[in-house]
Amino acid sequence: MELTINDMTCAFTPGQTILDVAGAHGIFIPTLCRLPNCTPTGACRICVVEVWGARTLVASCAAPAAEGMIVHTDSDRVLRARRTILRLMLDSGNHDCLLCPAAGDCALQSLAFRYGVGTGAFERPRPRYRPETGNPFIVRDFSKCILCGRCVQACNEIQVNEAIDYGYRGAAAKIVAGCDTALAQSDCVFCGECLQVCPVGALSAHDARKKPRLCETRPVRSTCAYCGVGCQVDLHVAGGRIAHVRGAEDGHNEGSLCVKGRFALDFASHPDRLKTPLVRRDGELVPASWDEALDLAAGRLAAIRDAHGPGSLGFLSSARCTNEENYLFQKLARRMGTNNVDHCARLCHAPTVTGLMQAFGSGAATNPMDDIANAEVILVTGSNTTETHPVFAARVKRAVRAGAKLVVVDPRAVGLTRHATLWLRQAPGTDIAWINGLMHVILREGLENREFIAARTEGFEALRDSLAAFTPEHVQELTGIPAAQLEEAARLYARAGAATILYCMGITQHACGTDTVQALASLAMLCGHVGRPGAGVNPLRGQNNVQGACDMGALPNVLPGYRRVDDDAARRHAEGLWGAELSGKPGLTATEMIATDRVRAMFVMGENPMVSDADVGHVRGRLEKLDFLVVQDIFLTETARLADVVLPAASAAEKDGTFTNTDRRVQRVRAAVPCPGQALPDWRILNMLSERLGFGPGPESPEAAMAEIALAAPIYGGVDYRRIESEGLVWPCPDRNHPGTPILHRESFPRGKGRFVPVHAQPPAETPDADYPLTLGTGRVLEHYHTGTMTRRSEGLNRIVPECFVEMNPSDAARLGVVQGQRVRVASRRGEITVRAQVTGRVAEGHVFIPFHFAEAAANVLTNPALDPLARIPEFKACAVRVTPE
Amino acid sequence: MAPLNALTPDQLAQADAVVAEHRGTPGSLITVLRLCQDIAGYFPPELVERIARGMNLPVAKVYGVVSFYSLFSLEPKGRHQIRVCTGTACYVRGVREVLDRVERRFGVKAGGTCGSGRFSLEPVRCLGACGLAPVMVVDRDVHGGVTPDSACEILEGYE
Repeated sequence: MELTINDMTCAFTPGQTILDVAGAHGIFIPTLCRLPNCTPTGACRICVVEVWGARTLVASCAAPAAEGMIVHTDSDRVLRARRTILRLMLDSGNHDCLLCPAAGDCALQSLAFRYGVGTGAFERPRPRYRPETGNPFIVRDFSKCILCGRCVQACNEIQVNEAIDYGYRGAAAKIVAGCDTALAQSDCVFCGECLQVCPVGALSAHDARKKPRLCETRPVRSTCAYCGVGCQVDLHVAGGRIAHVRGAEDGHNEGSLCVKGRFALDFASHPDRLKTPLVRRDGELVPASWDEALDLAAGRLAAIRDAHGPGSLGFLSSARCTNEENYLFQKLARRMGTNNVDHCARLCHAPTVTGLMQAFGSGAATNPMDDIANAEVILVTGSNTTETHPVFAARVKRAVRAGAKLVVVDPRAVGLTRHATLWLRQAPGTDIAWINGLMHVILREGLENREFIAARTEGFEALRDSLAAFTPEHVQELTGIPAAQLEEAARLYARAGAATILYCMGITQHACGTDTVQALASLAMLCGHVGRPGAGVNPLRGQNNVQGACDMGALPNVLPGYRRVDDDAARRHAEGLWGAELSGKPGLTATEMIATDRVRAMFVMGENPMVSDADVGHVRGRLEKLDFLVVQDIFLTETARLADVVLPAASAAEKDGTFTNTDRRVQRVRAAVPCPGQALPDWRILNMLSERLGFGPGPESPEAAMAEIALAAPIYGGVDYRRIESEGLVWPCPDRNHPGTPILHRESFPRGKGRFVPVHAQPPAETPDADYPLTLGTGRVLEHYHTGTMTRRSEGLNRIVPECFVEMNPSDAARLGVVQGQRVRVASRRGEITVRAQVTGRVAEGHVFIPFHFAEAAANVLTNPALDPLARIPEFKACAVRVTPE
Repeated sequence: MAPLNALTPDQLAQADAVVAEHRGTPGSLITVLRLCQDIAGYFPPELVERIARGMNLPVAKVYGVVSFYSLFSLEPKGRHQIRVCTGTACYVRGVREVLDRVERRFGVKAGGTCGSGRFSLEPVRCLGACGLAPVMVVDRDVHGGVTPDSACEILEGYE
């Protein structure tokens, strides 16, 4: 179909607006209120055009293109209207570019320039509302607001946080948060989406006047260093510092970020950063030269290996570091003769890697995040998505807005329950029971996908037999989930054309984590909900590069690309590449390395087991007893304080490399600012150490390291920096011409047929009793990240969430005489901490929740180190505690 | 008597019942708000939040609706609502004098509430009863042809 714009014939497809068609043909039409991916509102009118035959000027953003339309975008009538609109806007408030933080990056300013319009045409009203300056992130200056509504759409339609809306009317109209309160008192979570989309200076950073404006900075495209969503960011740099962080609108996150990514990358310039190597002398850590520190580290590691064998060394790699660094780290460990290399995936998704590996033959998420839009039903369990993967949670909420049904199964009233069609609240640690129950109902009602079961799976009969006992009534007894709700959930999931499962630590951090993951995989296969758009089994990986650290073989049983160390062919391939003889015996896991005294020396890169591991009292004792401990980190962490040698490393903003997100998408990380002091990128440090250990020079750049990874790990075979310059590649990508594989298991599973593994419900290793009557689950909050090494050094985040707390149900609190905000002692069989009580219905009666970010009140003093027999993950999500008022 | 700006447990329970009845019915917000205003008299923030959470709607959206319509009040109201018509007919028949006298006599400003909480006074646009001008409506009672004296006398009847 065709229309003419400014006498040019333009083809279009039905559904496009005049603005879309003009844009596609390179014809400029100004906009202010138009926000991509949202419903056009036509609020600002600046995009008006003249359409032949129309009575009035037409807002091109909202007007559908029609066959034969004759449009003029720059006629005198149009220009007069635009100038009038601009004059009215410019005199509606304090639009003073000299003093405006948005100057140089303001749509109103640039349109005023383009159309030659200034202020003063109308009398300017006195500002009606005072600016809001009370929070540590965003200043709201209502006198600069043009009421375009982009922030309202960003909050409600994109992030779906639903914190702000239009309030009042006419000249008094204002964007209000909650009941016209300050943002901090509303439902605002400070994702800053509004700040990024504000076309003027109404919303600005709280410290805007203390740093260069956006127009005075240079953007460096990189990948966010926080969670596994892997948002693409533009780090705006000036004078060797990051001044602003903006979400990349052409990244898979479409410009969105969360409070951590947007406002908490300031940890990189924190004065606490390690700036020189440190060595322990007379019991004290004192500054040393690189040569001194590296010679000592290499000398002692080699000596201990020579004296006690390679098995006496333990290597903890880092889900924070790049793929290249993880690759070099495990290569160093393995060339020293040991497979004792692991990282914190042991504490999060080790059951996923083992469980899905057994079911499918691949331990990664099956579908990319943007595929959620294709799911008719979304089953989310054990994932506090809105706080731990906020930008992905926004996609889930958008899918629900668009009509998808959301089933949440969680003991806590997590943020997504508000958006759920159905929320099943199981007792902590009873996941296998309800998953088996769902499968029981599906089979009883004949809702299983027989074709899929026959063609793609094995072991169905054994599974069917194992489910007989899991009637909804029995499951209700075990889990507390009403039978009718379980049946409804089973029907929703099974009858959907495409349904997807999202899960996280609530499933894996149990002594039965691997079994539970297998149960979820069985559920998906039973209904054929895997290997198609909108249908899959998706673990949400927690850290920026935990997927990559696993892919790189920073695991005791596999080489890069998940090739087993006891597979002779795989080992020979790596030996050829690395020029060293490798051990064929799987090594110790992170939890085992800490537990056994066979390990005498450890090299820890970017991990903090002193806060992250279960029963940290025990961890401290073990680390203190080591003969030698090397820690490589960006801060002097609780673990680094115990080290003999501390090596100062670069943060993600200071080095090149790649991270692999939870989509399996390999994305570039780019150095934006210099390292502080003498700190060096981890890959360089590893090269220097390897050289001292006699392994010769390492790859001269991260790019060269990636070329080596492509040879070592077939799933990365086609990954090359030139290919991922602007957009990431999703593995498996076996060769240079392969486009990547967003959806796994389309035709077959890597292990051939998918395997049903019957699993049986088992209670947590420690259940409440008279002495310790409450069940503790640990987890995270939106504002902090993991052990807090980064976020607790971010000023804004610590003003919002300064300290640890315990969530407890009002009825438990009343029984124990605990009131909101009171300090309480929480004790388990392993230790005790003191925290403030938050009395809330978010947790059920008998259940308490403590975030594990806070070293001074470490939840992991309490947790139970009982391990999953296969994945060796501790049971962080259930242990018995008692609470007493202080 | 409870302080003017705090809702009683009974009022909250009634509001909850209204919310429960309409929850899940699309487009029922205005109805819920109208009924809740009848119960509470106005919308303190705690009531707006309670309605929003109960209806599973964003607080800002509910507040936006409450603050948009002049029918809904964000301020506590007196026990009796006086609406005085300031339309053209009432105006020429002397409603200005009626308003002034009522303001002075009962210590209440147009658009406000008197200190004792007895009356709220609200000048409104044409009520469509021009034949009775000047018109004063107290709660649901319409009084036509009022004078400054008769208006005050009528109001004395409302405690």
